[in-house]
Amino acid sequence: MNIDVNDIPALARGCAVLGTGGGGDVRTGSLAAMRAIREYGEVPLVKLADLAEDALVVPLSGIGAPTVSHEMIHGEDEPARIAEEVERIFGRPPAAIMSSEIGGSNGVAPVAWAAQLGLPLLDADGMGRAFPEVQMVSMYVAGLPADLVIMSDVAGNVVTIRPVDGLWSERLARAVCVAAGSHALMADYVLTAARAGGAVIEGTVTRALEIGRSTEGAADPLAALRERLGASRLVTGKLTDVERRTTGGFVRGTAVIEGTGDDRGRRLSLELQNENLVAVEDGRVRAMVPDLITVVDTETAAAVQTESLRYGQRVTVLAWPCDPLWRTRKGLETAGPRAFGYDLDYVPVEELTHD
Amino acid sequence: MTDLRLGIDVGGTNTDAVVLDGEGRVIAKAKRPTTPDVTGGLRAALDAVLTELERTDAHGEEDVRVRIGRVMLGTTHATNAILERRGLGRVAVLRLGAPATTSVPPLGDWPAGLRAAVSAGEAIVPGGHYVDGREIAPLGLDAIRRFLDGVKADAVAVTGVFSPASDEHERRVEELVRAEYGVPVSVSREIGSLGLLERENATVLNAALYGVAAHVTDALATALAERGLGARPYLAQNDGTLMTLEHAARLPVSTIGSGPANSLRGAAYLSGVDDAIVVDVGGTSTDLGVLVGGFPRESAAAVEIGGVLTNFRMPDILAIALGGGTVARANGIGPDSVGYRIAQEALVFGGSTPTLTDAATAAGRIPHDAEGWRERLRDALSDANARTIAGALESALARADEMIADAVDRMALGRADRPLVVVGGGAFVLPARIPGASRVIRPEHAEVANAVGAAIALASGRVDTILPAGENRTDAIERAKEEARARAVAAGADPTGVEVVDLLEVPLSYLSEPAVRVHVKAAGPLAG
Repeated sequence: MNIDVNDIPALARGCAVLGTGGGGDVRTGSLAAMRAIREYGEVPLVKLADLAEDALVVPLSGIGAPTVSHEMIHGEDEPARIAEEVERIFGRPPAAIMSSEIGGSNGVAPVAWAAQLGLPLLDADGMGRAFPEVQMVSMYVAGLPADLVIMSDVAGNVVTIRPVDGLWSERLARAVCVAAGSHALMADYVLTAARAGGAVIEGTVTRALEIGRSTEGAADPLAALRERLGASRLVTGKLTDVERRTTGGFVRGTAVIEGTGDDRGRRLSLELQNENLVAVEDGRVRAMVPDLITVVDTETAAAVQTESLRYGQRVTVLAWPCDPLWRTRKGLETAGPRAFGYDLDYVPVEELTHD
Repeated sequence: MTDLRLGIDVGGTNTDAVVLDGEGRVIAKAKRPTTPDVTGGLRAALDAVLTELERTDAHGEEDVRVRIGRVMLGTTHATNAILERRGLGRVAVLRLGAPATTSVPPLGDWPAGLRAAVSAGEAIVPGGHYVDGREIAPLGLDAIRRFLDGVKADAVAVTGVFSPASDEHERRVEELVRAEYGVPVSVSREIGSLGLLERENATVLNAALYGVAAHVTDALATALAERGLGARPYLAQNDGTLMTLEHAARLPVSTIGSGPANSLRGAAYLSGVDDAIVVDVGGTSTDLGVLVGGFPRESAAAVEIGGVLTNFRMPDILAIALGGGTVARANGIGPDSVGYRIAQEALVFGGSTPTLTDAATAAGRIPHDAEGWRERLRDALSDANARTIAGALESALARADEMIADAVDRMALGRADRPLVVVGGGAFVLPARIPGASRVIRPEHAEVANAVGAAIALASGRVDTILPAGENRTDAIERAKEEARARAVAAGADPTGVEVVDLLEVPLSYLSEPAVRVHVKAAGPLAG
């Protein structure tokens, strides 16, 4: 299958839903993707099984400050410089681009990068959702070494880092990003198709497209979305309180949704850290990270980002299971509730909700 | 003596005009249908209000017209020009940012027809700045000249990356275009805030509207001269403040969306409250807005103009499909409305379609000047279906009250201590008490609140930039305030009366040095 211009709005909607409140705004990435497809042609979407064992897959993501990425948009040559560096290091060109993070802007923008490079996009990503930190990817959970990071910036600089571990990888990449003007394109965990098996989350681009299409023209968009996601409805109601504070570069906060209609009298509170992480009702946890929790507009079923949450919005909170990889011991160590500072033992969402 | 002010507001349906005396009392008002060319309706409303003024001032010793010192106009000329693609200039679109930003070129998401009507060509040339003020690249003067030599344009729109914080490159291009090409230039720093694509869109629209601005200025000046008015003219802008014509000629895009702002400010003025929720009930819809310290609360969301996304700061308006003509049924109300046919179709006018107006009348909510409504409604309810219709009216009104209470709650953000000011032709359908509001105020002259809002408006200036959060922060913020005051004076404010009315600081993350985004707005009464 090829991704064409008409697929981008649905892909963007799906990526926003998988962003669980974070992952950045999908608009600029959508515009870049549409422009690149018009300029360079449709982007083939390939499965891992379609690639030769030694084919190189390059996971890409944009990193930096959201305010900056809305103002200093990516240059068109940034992906090419990363591809050249991959070829210089590995002795052969990349065979496919992969999204590091399907949730939010980094789920849509890789279509632009693949089109600009004339490469296919792998139907997979490194999270199956959005997470705030660089090491919270499936490749890390699968035990692949974080020993290579390639970054390119708007000025044309290319920086290759060979860190000793994931901590240094994050530390050095962040320093480079700041020097580059708080906005850069990054490849990490460049891997062969053979190594990618079991280390990436497959089928997530298709899933994002299907999620986005499910609400198109639906008489009841919310029901259509829920069915497509296999999600539990935690509450339908009104946002009555949002408290946000910026600490250590992340937005933390709490949102309270009071039930309306059939849910009248119920009260759900959501703990936020860029993404929606824990949902609590009457002191009882109803869903927690790494399972996915997304706030959607009750009428349109469009995802609402944490930074757009506002008093009075009529919203529904949906929760559904994460990829099994995140439920392994290492998966939970990396991105379970304790990795975000919540003193909670992980319980899968399907055991916490019965509706 | 030039103690009188004349305010005019061009709306979608009507053009309203009022005259206020030296104490700010409404002494004449008029309402005329808005015409497709806008100017015709404007002249008609102007004539009507002057006639009314002369009638009420029949015993005056001198010609009352010469007492009109200022005329304030809120108009839809610019909005209509964009929607109808009429009278727009062709714009050379120049972005200073290469090699950054090339993945999303200018105007990529514009409707094709509007882009074809406006764009004379687009280029991304070397230039612009990083968030910390360093140059992305030295300004590409040769590339700029090559581009401008190859296009035929009425105006140039220049947008530099991070120009709200570092505008040196935009200034240099502005000088170059003036000196070497002699066409008007829009620079993005004067137009919008951070968010490159939205600011660029607004800057291009602004440049396309120079011809329209000249037309409005001429039309207003001619209309005033023909009527022997020597008043100083001003145009209303989207935040509820005024600009001199010279200023409006540079920033015509700011006149878009002045209507809702004028309506909110006028409602506040007429009711004498500065903090309130304002509900404007029309025939097919109801608009809600919030006044904070006498100014409209602004929307956090991006605003679309003619299908183009911009980052203008517009009043935060919630529109719901509920008005006097909304159709009432047993299972609910609307969203369809009989609209302007209400005078034939509603039961109270002898028609056969139950509407919200009928539902309100049945419950005893009737405008004081309504004649025969009760009687005609009683007649309509005397036939075989009477009980069904009466039941439908009752449940529809209950639903309408719920919708209003719900909308008020959404706009109130949890506060229930503010009054609700009700304006508009359908204001009578609202109940005497509304949950979420401390009381309901129905001011006199509410039907011309928008024209009153134009007449009482102040002049303002704003600054949106990024400043260091370190020890220089206080000085930097003082400079930003000074700049906002200077801009207010440039827009026509009296330097001695300008005050900072809004200051917003947002800390930014992931930067090498801590920084804050600062938004400052200053406003003051017009200079004498």
